[in-house]
Amino acid sequence: MNIIITGLISGSLLALLAIGFSLIFGVARIVNIAHTAFYMVAAYCIYYLSIGLGLNAILSMLIAVAGVTIIGLLAYKLVIDPIREHEAAVLIATIALAMFFQEVVLQLFTGDYRSVDFLIQGFFTIGGNKIFYQQLLTFGVVLVILLVVWFLLMKTRLGLAIRSTAEDREVANLMGMNESRLAMITMGISVALAGITGAVIGPLMVLTPHMWMEPLIIMMAVVVLGGLGSIKGSFIAAYILGFTEALVVFLVPTGAFLKGPVALTTMILVLLIRPEGLFGVAFEEER
Amino acid sequence: MKKSFVGWVLFLVAGLALLAGSFAVEAKTIKIGVIGPMQSIEGRHHWDGATMAAEEINAKGGVQVGKEKMKIELVKADSNEDKNPADAANAMERLMTKDKVDFVVGGFRTEAVLPMQDIAMDYKKIFIGCGAATDSICDRVGKDYDRYKYFFRGTPFKSSYLARTCFAHVGLCAAVIKNELKVPVKVAIVAEKLAWTEGMVKAAQGVIPKMGLELVGTWQPSALATDVTAELSAIQKSGANLIFTIFSGSVGITFARQAGELKIPALQVGINVESQKDGFWEATKGMGNYVLTMNTYARGVEYNELTKPFMDQYINRFKTTPTYTADTYAAIVYSLVPSIEAVGSLDADKIVANLENRTYKVPSGVNKYEKNAEGKPTHDLTWGPGYLTSLGVQWQDGKLVGVWPNKWKATPDAPEVTYKGIIPVKLPPWMKK
Repeated sequence: MNIIITGLISGSLLALLAIGFSLIFGVARIVNIAHTAFYMVAAYCIYYLSIGLGLNAILSMLIAVAGVTIIGLLAYKLVIDPIREHEAAVLIATIALAMFFQEVVLQLFTGDYRSVDFLIQGFFTIGGNKIFYQQLLTFGVVLVILLVVWFLLMKTRLGLAIRSTAEDREVANLMGMNESRLAMITMGISVALAGITGAVIGPLMVLTPHMWMEPLIIMMAVVVLGGLGSIKGSFIAAYILGFTEALVVFLVPTGAFLKGPVALTTMILVLLIRPEGLFGVAFEEER
Repeated sequence: MKKSFVGWVLFLVAGLALLAGSFAVEAKTIKIGVIGPMQSIEGRHHWDGATMAAEEINAKGGVQVGKEKMKIELVKADSNEDKNPADAANAMERLMTKDKVDFVVGGFRTEAVLPMQDIAMDYKKIFIGCGAATDSICDRVGKDYDRYKYFFRGTPFKSSYLARTCFAHVGLCAAVIKNELKVPVKVAIVAEKLAWTEGMVKAAQGVIPKMGLELVGTWQPSALATDVTAELSAIQKSGANLIFTIFSGSVGITFARQAGELKIPALQVGINVESQKDGFWEATKGMGNYVLTMNTYARGVEYNELTKPFMDQYINRFKTTPTYTADTYAAIVYSLVPSIEAVGSLDADKIVANLENRTYKVPSGVNKYEKNAEGKPTHDLTWGPGYLTSLGVQWQDGKLVGVWPNKWKATPDAPEVTYKGIIPVKLPPWMKK
């Protein structure tokens, strides 16, 4: 019971992070290493607005998500778009972006650990396990976001355009779709998701300018395990790794610090059997 | 005529400026490197403690070195060691080669202090460690005195003594639980996975059962873990009512906050470096209430007559309670400067010979350097009544108060120790339900 509950919660947190990352990669083939940095920036914005300026928590979150989305779009236009055709350059540029955000936050807020209030205080008990309402909220938000993303991609004209572009960029261009504009919109959605992640997960975490690094590794593991670009894959992989971490903590208490490495090993083992990941497509040199 | 006059004035001013500049260059100062993670509170307190020391000494005219009065000049070096220990070696190398400092104080993480120590020893510069606790740092001095004699421990005392102090705190808390709740005491050990905790975990696993307490398990999350609800669920399932924590990283905040939010029915005791800071209450949103940790300073608690002036001056100046890394102040004011003045020279070998044989008061007790079993100096600090003991401090309703030593006896025959300002331990109310 402990393992199931802990695995579900950890998996939800991972899924929330991985979906946004997976979306921009699946659609625009952008490996955005700065994805978790955007969520760090959102968490600090919420801290500043709610604790520093004393604004309402929900209002702070809305402003933070909007602000981070604008920053993300600017970053895309100024840094990523000009070099988008060079995947290695994009990778390095987004690492630089993440470091830039880290240093700015470090200068503004110092390296002291900070935290923001829970949206919903308290906990409930199930099967003898105590669960934060905030964790339940996170779980609910993951499901809602998944539904929204699914609806957006599958039931709207924008989603159709995004999927078409993801399928074949050149043909989409020939069909009159503005591929660059679509990539920018997708970047906006992805960064907004990172901002929402910061808003929902932020209260559960300790804020530090380096908080983007640890989840980045496990998030990338989720995305690779699920299949690069597959949102469904990211969702399922997040729970696989979430349950793996829970198993390590409960079955090997003195090795709790190994939960990350064990999760990564699980990823490698799966990739040895299925190199494209659980739901990924085998990449071809040319589409 | 007018142009000529202006020209002469400019020439004179320029000449005077050059002269003043040359005097400034020639005025010899004692350069002390202050090394630490300057973006974190530990490094900032390294710097603040050293700043207070330098200002205080310079205001009195400087350090008497033979017949000469020399001012102290501090050089800040950001080791970034809490995030990347590899950066620390570069920072120390810069202090030695570019800044050419005479002495170094600081250091925080063992993983960084060991390479920093080697670099300082290569240049035969006295390095007073003010942050790392691992025994091996000073064991090196005893094993290879000629090479490592320039290293002294400034604070805290070594890990094995930290463990002994913590066990005294565990004993105090266990007694409170037994007396107030009338239940057997079950202990869970939770330690971050870092080099400095390894010895303490092994020691705790051996000692706790010998104290008549049941050890229910050991958990070792990452020092940067952002979620420990799984560990907390497992700890609660184990029936632990006393959690022995060994944390120096941000996991200390995560653990305390989540344990408080979930009302885990257990008292936390041990070392939680984050809980030693004024910002802990805000960082845990008040959920760190009743967390008990070892600490060097607490407002209102006095070891000796030096404590209060130091605390008052530090709090007035920096608006915060000093953490133990602020003992760079003591390292400069009470360790280095009196030895420099005693030998009348900046010669490292002469200062080492003087300093290692001194016994002197500092704001946190009395410093006396140890010798190992073979009688060789280790430059480690003596622990126990009459020397250094540190404090047990507990968060009680937003205030960090001193709770240990409270009628503490190191051995059955030893005198009781209670410092001025110590009050009783409180149990979380949800433990009593």
